[in-house]
Amino acid sequence: MGSHPDLATEASGLVKTFGKVRAVDGIDLSVRTGGVYGFLGPNGAGKTTAIRVLATLLPPDGGGARVLGHDIVREANAVRGRVSLTGQFASVDEDLTGMENLVLLGRLLGYPRTQAKKRAGELLDAFGLTDAAGRQVKTYSGGMRRRLDVAASIVVRPDLIFLDEPTTGLDPRSRNQVWDIVRALVSTGTTVLLTTQYLDEADQLADRIAVIDHGKIIAEGTSGELKASIGSGALHVRLLDPGQRGDAERLLAETLGVAVHLDSDPAALSARISDTERVAHALAQLSRSGVVVTHFALGQPSLDEVFLALTGHPAEADDDATEENAA
Amino acid sequence: MTTTPTMPPQTGVDETLRAALVSRTRPPRASALSASLTFGWRALLKIKHVPEQLFDVTAFPIMMTLMFTYLFGGALAGSTGEYLQYLLPGILVMTVAMITMYTGFNLNTDISKGVFDRFRSLPIWRPAALVGALLGDVVRYTLASMMVIVLGVIMGFRPAGGVIGVLLSVALLLVFAFSLAWVWAAVGLVVRTPNSVMGVSMMILFPLTFGSNVFVDPKTMPGWLEAFVGVNPITHLVAAVRGLMSGTVPATRIGWVLVACAVLVAVFAPLTMRLYRTKR
Repeated sequence: MGSHPDLATEASGLVKTFGKVRAVDGIDLSVRTGGVYGFLGPNGAGKTTAIRVLATLLPPDGGGARVLGHDIVREANAVRGRVSLTGQFASVDEDLTGMENLVLLGRLLGYPRTQAKKRAGELLDAFGLTDAAGRQVKTYSGGMRRRLDVAASIVVRPDLIFLDEPTTGLDPRSRNQVWDIVRALVSTGTTVLLTTQYLDEADQLADRIAVIDHGKIIAEGTSGELKASIGSGALHVRLLDPGQRGDAERLLAETLGVAVHLDSDPAALSARISDTERVAHALAQLSRSGVVVTHFALGQPSLDEVFLALTGHPAEADDDATEENAA
Repeated sequence: MTTTPTMPPQTGVDETLRAALVSRTRPPRASALSASLTFGWRALLKIKHVPEQLFDVTAFPIMMTLMFTYLFGGALAGSTGEYLQYLLPGILVMTVAMITMYTGFNLNTDISKGVFDRFRSLPIWRPAALVGALLGDVVRYTLASMMVIVLGVIMGFRPAGGVIGVLLSVALLLVFAFSLAWVWAAVGLVVRTPNSVMGVSMMILFPLTFGSNVFVDPKTMPGWLEAFVGVNPITHLVAAVRGLMSGTVPATRIGWVLVACAVLVAVFAPLTMRLYRTKR
């Protein structure tokens, strides 16, 4: 496998097994530097294992991978020098204070004591944790813990950061804060590789997404490409006069050739479409028949729908369902 | 909290955050020693924040010393005072040897937490996290040794070897404890729960410490047992500590103890590291 300078991560046929379970089952990957790359999949899909192998925590059982041009097995230490990992469960020491955690990492990364303290103070300030610096982490809220976690990952700014389910279990406000931090990281040149089981998170943050199921990548592309690949979207129409909804329904059903759904809003209707060409025709038809449209939108399918289409099961499949499918 | 509670910072990136992120300084790699010592510092911080965890190295030694001296002293040596001179070095060794199993216990608890994932993804000398934890435990063993010796002196123990003899014997004991702790570190990485670490360690430590010269002279034992006691490294360690405390230098015994230490580290440190590397 030749190394490519523009690639943050490249993998070919990567396999990791635990006993009989093939947690990562032949993953090929090529992630460019810069931006956010998302691993999307339900619990137990193999996202975490894949990240742990790439971050050199687990040796692969087959295939190979290079991270920032370094082989993850033969040059593991070179990889470790340039990446950092924020695990799924807070990877900070709960018994220590926020300050102590960051100083500890600063020291381990080679800063002398005073510089480690200075850097820790700087990060606590940047992440809004100055007031909690002297408190044990076990007293922190979920959001504070997560921010400290990310701060701990950038004591020395890595070229590539692995974030394993960075917002799982966070309230919306904390989630937004983490998203802002991720965007800030990217804007300063760090490549982010994150896993998520939230479709909207992948949609919002990731430039490219790999959909993972049962240890395999079943689809890869931008969120737009993934949505387009299943070839359907939805047309939403809102009328000036709710009394015309019956006419509109009939006209749309005729021109689009699909069932039209009446929304809970009495003036709105929507239809699943596969051919966008017909939409213009349908709208023109409405106008010609005197049905006044105040608003229309051509929506792409949600990633939920993409996931269902790709895997045949919803993204929110629980662990039991996943194991049943695996068996 | 310094952020305003009403408006989540949605647009634009906070300037302090950006400044902190832009920082590109990359310090030189921490040396193996510095990384190990930093992990040792972490162990001390944990003692500072959770002082309850010193219970085992304070209460346990006191209990052992009092119990065995007063329980067996009269019966075994005629008087508790006489017996204390013989018993105390042995009880010191036994106490510290027993306490080493908490190393495995703590490691098993610690390693299951996410923070070890982070440590393992750092560009540092890999054994540093374990070496540091074991170094931190040496502080605990020292504390336990002090408890036993101070209590012994209060009860009437008078080491002829003086302060030097006592210090040398404690130093030897700490080297042995550090070496033995690698066994429990390996056990701590293999078994699933902290409680099973205790179970396995007890199974080994009980025969090892009682099947020695800690309590009685091996000459009173049946031949097969005397043979076991003769090769038991604890026996050599107890004899060496007794010698040093009574003012002699039992070079052969010390030699055997150091050989045992070297073998323990040579076998169990690489094994532990192998387990640590491949830990799921």
